[in-house]
Amino acid sequence: MASSLTGFRRPDGRVGIRNHVIILAVDDLSNAAVEGIGRLVPAALAIPHSYGRLQFGEDLELTFRTLIGTGANPNVAAVVVVGIEPTWTDRVADGIAVTGKPVARLSIERVGDLNTIAEGARVAAQLVQDASEIQRVPVERHEVMMSIKCGESDTTSGLGACPTTSQAVDRTVAAKGTVLFGETTELTGGEHLIAERCIDDDVRARFQAFFDDYLQTIESQGVDLLGSQPTQGNIRGGLSTIEEKAMGNIAKTGTVPVVDALEPAVAPTRQGLNFMDTSSAAAECITLMAAAGAVIHLFPTGQGNIIGHPIEPVIKLTANPLTAATMAEHVDLDVSGLLSKEYTLAEAGDRLMEVIDRTINGRLTAAEAIGHQEFVITKLYRSA
Amino acid sequence: MSEKLAFLAHHQGDMVAVAVRDVAPGQAEYAYLDTEERTAIHVLEAIPLGHKVALHDIAEGTEVIEYGQRVGVTKAAIAAGAMVHVHNIRSTKWQVA
Repeated sequence: MASSLTGFRRPDGRVGIRNHVIILAVDDLSNAAVEGIGRLVPAALAIPHSYGRLQFGEDLELTFRTLIGTGANPNVAAVVVVGIEPTWTDRVADGIAVTGKPVARLSIERVGDLNTIAEGARVAAQLVQDASEIQRVPVERHEVMMSIKCGESDTTSGLGACPTTSQAVDRTVAAKGTVLFGETTELTGGEHLIAERCIDDDVRARFQAFFDDYLQTIESQGVDLLGSQPTQGNIRGGLSTIEEKAMGNIAKTGTVPVVDALEPAVAPTRQGLNFMDTSSAAAECITLMAAAGAVIHLFPTGQGNIIGHPIEPVIKLTANPLTAATMAEHVDLDVSGLLSKEYTLAEAGDRLMEVIDRTINGRLTAAEAIGHQEFVITKLYRSA
Repeated sequence: MSEKLAFLAHHQGDMVAVAVRDVAPGQAEYAYLDTEERTAIHVLEAIPLGHKVALHDIAEGTEVIEYGQRVGVTKAAIAAGAMVHVHNIRSTKWQVA
């Protein structure tokens, strides 16, 4: 079975399942040029975003890590980095270039948008042509880094979509693969279950510190999580408390141990299930996981979160028959038959593995087909 | 097996089960995720897909068990067959004593 998987092996040895050439903005000011290049070279993927100016400290480091990690992700063949000035542009471009993939850099000051766009389009077109000759090669399952995060959850998530995802997590880790999960605050009420699964006291202590720190950040604003959790969508779907939501969330993490607790957007170094400290907002979370190197994402949903990502394909599955029927264009796998016991959880797991394998081998996800490309940088605090 | 299954519960010992279809008041059946056995329950009110039913009477101030874990506490007494949601249970977190 494993030999039937194909992917793109990058110069650093890591494996991607897509072959994107991206045009990456260093900062908000460069979005117009990035999008201009993208219009002239539609086969390249423009990635604009909202930040990158006057950030400082840990927040700035996280933005650099996110941008560099996005460019370095093995789903990306080559990158055109565009920033307003050369110093931070070089920092991002140099960080990506460590992977050995082609990286071009353009800064706008003393050049202007229009000349930047013209030069960027010439470079991007060349990179697209070069990337088009990179061939798929046989890859092993453990080389395809996976991430998981659920959204617009309801009670069907905990009964069907999340346990099905669990099957894929356990099977991937059994094949010596690496899986990322996060959503720090949405573990609330079940954090003890994750702590129990940490492989040693060091990982447990770091996980607990991430969890405690996140809740403290929220409480420092004079509010608690109950103002936002469960969300109105969750409540409409039948979820009553944050603890109940956490149980459904945790139901997708498999039964395997938690081997590490990572800062956001940091690449895992340990094979197995890794916790990453992230927001529970879908686009922020997946952007951080893609920046850490994940190349395929599993997204269980109840009420119908419609998330996608520019470079990391997002497979969405639901056990809610209403969502599967009314939002079919967003759903890659309908496991609502679990609710009526039409098939077993193991059989649902088989179906998900088939979707995963086909997606690895090139089949577009629903989100890719209809152009969902949410890319959101996690901002830790306001800029200077 | 005459009628379609109405509710699924996660674990033996859970106090609530989830409606897997829109359920009307009256007789219905629930099952657990990991067994084929079905149990009858008299449903007191309409319970939409995804919402929860109490499997037995639950007194006010009782911890609610689902997934074999504490997922909240009742803020009113709940009768067997009644809907369980934000109107009669709440989080155990951030509550003023």
